[in-house]
Amino acid sequence: MISILKSLWYVFLHMFRKRVTVQYPEEKNYLPPRWRGRIVLTRDPDGEERCVACYLCAVACPVDCIALDAAEADDGRRYPDFFRINFSRCIYCGYCEEACPTYAIQLIPDFEMAEYDRQNMVYEKEHLLINGEGKYHGYNFYKYAGLEIKGKAKGEGIDEEKPIDPKSLMP
Amino acid sequence: MSETLQHIVIVFGILFGLLTLAAGLIWIERRLLALWQNRYGPNRVGPFGIFIVLADMIKIFFKEDWIPPFADKKVFVIAPTIIMLTVLLSWAIVPVAPGVVVLDLHIGILFFLAISSIGIYSTVLAGWASNNKYSLLGGMRMSAQMFSYEVFMGLSLMGVVIMAGSFNLSDIVNAQENMWFVLPQFLGFVIFFIAGLAESHRLPFDMPEAESELIAGFHSEYSGMKFGMFFVGEYVGVTLISAMIVTLFFGGWHGPVLPPFVWFFLKMMFFICLFILLRAALPRPRYDQLLSYGWKILLPLALLNILVTGAIVLAIE
Repeated sequence: MISILKSLWYVFLHMFRKRVTVQYPEEKNYLPPRWRGRIVLTRDPDGEERCVACYLCAVACPVDCIALDAAEADDGRRYPDFFRINFSRCIYCGYCEEACPTYAIQLIPDFEMAEYDRQNMVYEKEHLLINGEGKYHGYNFYKYAGLEIKGKAKGEGIDEEKPIDPKSLMP
Repeated sequence: MSETLQHIVIVFGILFGLLTLAAGLIWIERRLLALWQNRYGPNRVGPFGIFIVLADMIKIFFKEDWIPPFADKKVFVIAPTIIMLTVLLSWAIVPVAPGVVVLDLHIGILFFLAISSIGIYSTVLAGWASNNKYSLLGGMRMSAQMFSYEVFMGLSLMGVVIMAGSFNLSDIVNAQENMWFVLPQFLGFVIFFIAGLAESHRLPFDMPEAESELIAGFHSEYSGMKFGMFFVGEYVGVTLISAMIVTLFFGGWHGPVLPPFVWFFLKMMFFICLFILLRAALPRPRYDQLLSYGWKILLPLALLNILVTGAIVLAIE
């Protein structure tokens, strides 16, 4: 009986405690700096698309929310013809970012993506592309890769040795 | 003619006030529970979130009112109306202010006890008509619980009746002009409070709808406004028990400075808040413990209370 009255009193005292609720739209909660939120496609320092349409992100994605189709430009650069992410499926695991060899696909700390129409959760390439380099500055895949494109022959990349002629006997 | 008009005004005033209060209790209960759980509760719609009641009402009216095909249809539909009817009928004998009462019965307390016993049919029939084993268990629990708690609910009030010398609630309130009956009848008050809690099946005694074991007990098959009626019935039941406690033990409308109606309302709101605090603080007892607690402790205490009160009143006379 006494313990019942005691618990009533202690619960009553909770009235004067601090509230734990965060009044969300007015008050923002603390977000960790590495928060994984919305996915973006970044550009290299020259303003070209970083994505080379290698499909690694689509393969890594555990919920298959990434769809893309590769295409090749006249200068030899590969790019995605379309790049589509269905955010109503995305679980924000960040595996696509880990899989990306060119730092193209990145997760940013934006999570406020609510929509009234589910179809609006499907983002196309023009919604995903941003005009910046994201988290990794100064990296340009084609300057390092040994791939031949217009204006850069084999062996002209940074840290890249000249190609060896396997048919020559000279050392 | 003017007397008839006055009567009609009182009847509709009490009915309207009661239903408004019952609807408002949705908001009051949610806000208070949140307050005691370190939250805010509904605070977005309108000032302090009070229009959440309207939003809830609109929502519940547009819900599908589904009757399960395996249910006993007639009884299923009648059951929720019984609880509404009985609690509203019981309110007829509660004097809100001097002369402001729907029905000034000379056997007011007996009427209250009789009608509140009929209210149990609502839960029992709802549990039966749902044709669902959990609902049936809920209805059965309700009948057993009421059976044991109704007995000393009536007995605990007899001390008050002996002291006031009347079954009429207005007379009882008038008899408390100098001293509230809670002082000489403290035991009776505690027993009536516990029995009232069980009567309105509020949380520490909500065996019939125990979510953890019976899903929602007697109303698990109900939806839409039928479900809403059970809840309006429950909230009006809470106000009824609070009003009865105030009238019988806390001097009804008596109080200094403020007008009688305001005093009645303030005292009633205090007990309603206490009911909600009980819900926030206490866990649900086991079912057999509840029954043995009623029969083995509260019933002998209630009988003892009558015996002692009767002996003292006789000795003084």
